[in-house]
Amino acid sequence: MAAPAAAGAFEGIDAEREVIWGFTRPQLITFGLMLAFILVAPFFLYPVFLMKVLCFALFACAFNLLIGYVGLLSFGHAAYFGMGGYLAGHAAKVWGATPEVSILIGGLVAGILGWLIGMLAIRRQGIYFAMITLAMAQMVYFFCVQAPFTNGEDGIQAIPRGNFLGSVSMAADMSMYWLVAGVFIAAFLFIHRVINSPFGQVMKAIRENEPRAISLGYRVDDYKLMAFIISAAISGVAGGTKSIVFGIATLTDVFWSMSGEVVLMSLVGGLGTLFGPVAGAAIIITMQNYLAEFGAWVTVIQGVIFVLCVLAFRRGVIGEIGRLLKVRL
Amino acid sequence: MDFFGIPAPLLFGQLLLGLINGAFYALLSLGLAVIFGMLNVINFTHGAQFMMGAFAAWMLLNYFGIGYWGALILAPIIVGITGIILERLMIAKLYKLDHLYGLLLTFGLGLIIEGLFRNEFGSSGLPYRIPAELQGAWDLGFMFMPIYRGWVVLVAFFACLATWLVIEKTKIGSYLRAATENPALVQAFGINVPRMMTLTYGAGVALAAFAGVLAAPIYSVNPQMGSNLIIIVFAVVVIGGMGSILGSVLTGFGLGVIEGLTKVFYPEASSTVIFVVMAIVLLARPAGLFGRA
Repeated sequence: MAAPAAAGAFEGIDAEREVIWGFTRPQLITFGLMLAFILVAPFFLYPVFLMKVLCFALFACAFNLLIGYVGLLSFGHAAYFGMGGYLAGHAAKVWGATPEVSILIGGLVAGILGWLIGMLAIRRQGIYFAMITLAMAQMVYFFCVQAPFTNGEDGIQAIPRGNFLGSVSMAADMSMYWLVAGVFIAAFLFIHRVINSPFGQVMKAIRENEPRAISLGYRVDDYKLMAFIISAAISGVAGGTKSIVFGIATLTDVFWSMSGEVVLMSLVGGLGTLFGPVAGAAIIITMQNYLAEFGAWVTVIQGVIFVLCVLAFRRGVIGEIGRLLKVRL
Repeated sequence: MDFFGIPAPLLFGQLLLGLINGAFYALLSLGLAVIFGMLNVINFTHGAQFMMGAFAAWMLLNYFGIGYWGALILAPIIVGITGIILERLMIAKLYKLDHLYGLLLTFGLGLIIEGLFRNEFGSSGLPYRIPAELQGAWDLGFMFMPIYRGWVVLVAFFACLATWLVIEKTKIGSYLRAATENPALVQAFGINVPRMMTLTYGAGVALAAFAGVLAAPIYSVNPQMGSNLIIIVFAVVVIGGMGSILGSVLTGFGLGVIEGLTKVFYPEASSTVIFVVMAIVLLARPAGLFGRA
């Protein structure tokens, strides 16, 4: 799906010039604001809530890497998020791994899973790609229902947070928060680096015009698969971090509704924008937090937001702000 | 009488269950294929509309005293009309955009519908009785066949056949096929293509609701009955390819039977077998069994 004509529309404007590390000036300012917020927020807001937001923000950024920059809509990203969560939880609880190793194991396994599913999914395009990723994710879900290490309906419970690098205890929310914040910022910068690398330029070329990218000699399938693997692995890191934070990994995180939620977050924030998925995740998680007691109404409201975004608000929050300020965020 | 060490009643019982599931796969994937052919939208709301069909049957019975036979006619019409309204108000706005927006919109609509029904009726299922005429079972010698289950397979088969006949053998079907190939040209001949798109969507939705009514006495009527089914149907559609009507019907029934047999020989894999078949088909024939590359 072409990101709504954001790229190219503001060519030649001064704000487009790269200042440092591939950031344009407005992007650098926004990044600074985000960084400041991450540093200050835990002193005002509940750290566990913030950690949840950061985990989902990372998940949405990973998803957005595919839809926003390669134009591939994956409707099965819950598989990597959930699987990363299970494996990180298993590593921490059963193997006694330290939190950072557990999270990396989650990312690694999700990446391998992404490699397997990605190989199948990139054989078809557009709508079929979405359906294949959704179906394969459902298969992963059924696998998780039956596999012994996931404990079926109960999930993996009482996952210890452990000691960072084997020495610093993560039991206190504040210490855990800084680890999560570190993981998020590192992964966010990594995604940004990928987008602004020569590899990322080819990704965008595929999004804009796949036949032309092929005719220029790029092995499009290899690029798509690599992007898919990166996206899956980062989703796994996000899922792994979440299960370490909350001490629990359950079937909810592999279910199709989770795949829908990450689509919603990216859509609300703005597909193909750098900061959109972060804003979208913050909005949706905050909403879920306030509406938790209303049960099924949360589903209805999420559906309504979906419909409104698609019909009238396709640029998303950050996309609209960028359009008003005439900058790319 | 045993087959490969499996008692015949078990084998045939699962085979019949497989055929029934296959009947629903066939009806639903047929509706998806017809809608996709005409509108270029993958109707993610299809599962919710299947569920609405079952609930419409339940409501017609409990609020208006209209039984199964009336519901079999009325429920598809009612749900079809809601589909037409959705198409006019929302889906029609997206035809000029990327197809994926249609997928996202219909996904959102599905969430809304499912959530509303869950608020109203809860998550536990509501019972719907098999109509008196179809109760009981036949003794076929090697197994007992509940009459209603045989009826479902038969009716679904004829509904698929009728859809195929309408599309392939009637004048309106020929317009439909032509408009699928080249809508601008068909419109130039004075045929109202937008209205055809609306009616096609309504008909596809009605087909889903019809399947829902058939399903009501077999599965319990509950708000989630469609969402889990629709993902399997997506896999069926990927396997069959959406190019051919008969193809999607055959794939639907065939996969139902494969699933049933898996339940007998290797039950652990019964929930995943269709996705495994999909993976194999993607490796061997990426366009799908009946698809055009």
